[in-house]
Amino acid sequence: MKEVYMKIDIQRDKTIESFNVSQGLTLLAALYEIKERQDASLTFSAGCRASVCGTCAVRVNGKEVLSCAHKVEEGDLVEPLQYHPVLRDLKVDKDPAKKTLARTEAWLHESREAALTHKDELLTEKQTDCILCDSCYSACPVFAVNPDFLGPFALTRAYRYTSDKREENAKSIIDHIQTNGVWDCTLCGECTAVCPKGIDPKMDITMLRGTSLQFGHSDPSFATQSFGTPDFGGGFGFDPNSGF
Amino acid sequence: MVDVLIIGSGGAGLSAALAAKEAGASVMVAGKMYPTNSQTAMAQGGINAALGNVEEDHIASHIADTVKSAHGLCDEQMVRKMCADAPLTIDWLNTLGVPFSRIDNGKTGKETVAQHQMGGASAKRACYAQDYTGLKILHTLYDQCLKAKIAFLDEHYLLNIITEEGVSKGATFLDIRTGEVVQIDAKSLVVATGGYASLYHGFTTNAYGATGDGVAAVLRAGGAVSDMEFIQFHPTALKHSAILISESARGEGGYLLNCDGERFVDELKPRDEVARAIFAQLQHGKEVFLDLRHLGEEKLMEILPQEVALCKLHEQVDPARELIPIKPVAHYSMGGIDVDDALEVNGIKGCFAVGECSNAKVHGANRLGGNSLLEITAFGRFAGENAYKHSIYASSRPAKDTQLQKDRTAIAKIYSKKASINFYEQRTNLGKLFYEKVGIVRENSQLNSALDTVIAMQVNLPKMGIADKAKENNQNLIEFLEFSNALLLAPTVISAAIARDESRGAHFKLGFEEESEALRKHIVLQWKREEP
Repeated sequence: MKEVYMKIDIQRDKTIESFNVSQGLTLLAALYEIKERQDASLTFSAGCRASVCGTCAVRVNGKEVLSCAHKVEEGDLVEPLQYHPVLRDLKVDKDPAKKTLARTEAWLHESREAALTHKDELLTEKQTDCILCDSCYSACPVFAVNPDFLGPFALTRAYRYTSDKREENAKSIIDHIQTNGVWDCTLCGECTAVCPKGIDPKMDITMLRGTSLQFGHSDPSFATQSFGTPDFGGGFGFDPNSGF
Repeated sequence: MVDVLIIGSGGAGLSAALAAKEAGASVMVAGKMYPTNSQTAMAQGGINAALGNVEEDHIASHIADTVKSAHGLCDEQMVRKMCADAPLTIDWLNTLGVPFSRIDNGKTGKETVAQHQMGGASAKRACYAQDYTGLKILHTLYDQCLKAKIAFLDEHYLLNIITEEGVSKGATFLDIRTGEVVQIDAKSLVVATGGYASLYHGFTTNAYGATGDGVAAVLRAGGAVSDMEFIQFHPTALKHSAILISESARGEGGYLLNCDGERFVDELKPRDEVARAIFAQLQHGKEVFLDLRHLGEEKLMEILPQEVALCKLHEQVDPARELIPIKPVAHYSMGGIDVDDALEVNGIKGCFAVGECSNAKVHGANRLGGNSLLEITAFGRFAGENAYKHSIYASSRPAKDTQLQKDRTAIAKIYSKKASINFYEQRTNLGKLFYEKVGIVRENSQLNSALDTVIAMQVNLPKMGIADKAKENNQNLIEFLEFSNALLLAPTVISAAIARDESRGAHFKLGFEEESEALRKHIVLQWKREEP
């Protein structure tokens, strides 16, 4: 029986190359089919095949997906993640993105014994499903203008720890997410749209803004924003200081 | 020179790093990927500890269950230590922030951790975080490593362990990004590189890289390996993709049915027994399914959310409404680097091994579900502490660069040679060969035939190589080196299986279906240097 193939396009270092792959494969399996039988130089990151190790995220037709979870379709265009230095073909450097975790200090600072319940478990269940695949980082438009933005996954992690009843010192985490952090998010929701685990970083960031206010912080951009005071830039039509 | 160099950045490596750092050591963790990409992330079902949070339990019962499952091949002192350390280990993990599933009992700390049933256990003692237990433990450990400012050498592929007069002095690595071969000197080494179930390429739950690199390196460095033939086949992997469906699905009440709708085995027997029962059904042409429909959608989404998603994506079935087609595949290697009761490698002083790559003799002939996450965390810390202690008195004189030069030459040779055989095809063939002839049910003529095939592959290895000649980020090269390691380990598994003319735990041989008291011992393999 004749094998039926489909054509996909892959963004490589210099050009977009087309390849024929078997039907019914995940993108990861297709990439290996190419590497094993057609072009051993095709480079991509691969891991568990089961959507839990966070290694294989790429963009397909402009949207971030895990290679192991995407069923290949005719004409798919596969590109590396955005805002990550491309090392080779689809393999990118995740070091800069990972550094946001240390800058956010996304860990349990001071542990205290707590009476945790099932309800507490649900508070951070979704956020701890994060596999650090960097899909949200790639989808986030803030990185186009601010490479120092802490980004969705670091902020989701910050929310996860500040919501943990074992954390005695949530303030230290909150203090770390004020600059290039919660107030720099545009709340566009692209991160939530692409997360393969269904996490909602946009909501986590929104919650963190509320918590930041409770700790005495405020939106720094609002404070410096100018509406053209005192006349909203349009002029009063008279000089308010001239007297009668 | 760093005090403790840890090779492998999964659950065992990170636990060792935190313990060594806490003890006062300077620590470096080298891994071939990023820490959170590790195999640990795939563990689903739970981590055992006799806490007695949901029903009465005792450490003695945990020990007894583990010893029973090991079928005479465990070291009872090591089992005792692991099971006794378990409650403290859960306490440690909980204090670090692991987001365990919780029960509403009004208590605090580790007493609130939810526990459920796993196979072969006399009580509900597997602590879990939904069906993401490994993922959530790994990420919490990683966050703590960032807090402790542990130095990471990511994307460094282990080449060889450096020894001088039987003492470890460090290791050589291929820096994947630059393609350079580098030497890292260290006073003490911890090998935490994971298992070798990916020898069964295409028929394993494991990630692509579980090729036993550390086990192979230890063999090359003069260390011993033992119980290599004991490979656990997990009963329930998805039929088409070999992706794991956790034992906890059965622990929560799931049934195993054949295509006639019959249950044919007690679902909660240890994995070796269940795997053989399923295999027998498949041999008779009957498909096997996991039935979770009676658990109900709400419960499924609460305790097995990951598996529901995986079934829908990879098998196009909804577990709440349909049967899940499954088959047993290679999952875990009980055997590995032979270590003593301090986890020091037999044959290499100052080198410790921990986790799936090691044979600490706690699992013996068959591992219980939930004991692997326990081993890597409890013993990971133990190995880190012991490595630190060794480093206090270790020499700080760095090793010569003999091994480094050898490795540079070897890598250059791989680049310069033209390959006539595609090693990827050999990798696929090796996986299929192992599943068929070194699998769940073994038989001497098949094993011998498999050994012949493997030896022929080894003879052909010089004809294999890399088609991609780039220096930097060469995935083709790494996969070739991984395959070379798998090929090195393959005969150790088969020859041990041939020598074991009995059936014990996960090793089952036709014609020798009973345990033989004469073989109640470990088969240990070690390379011996030939004096000229």
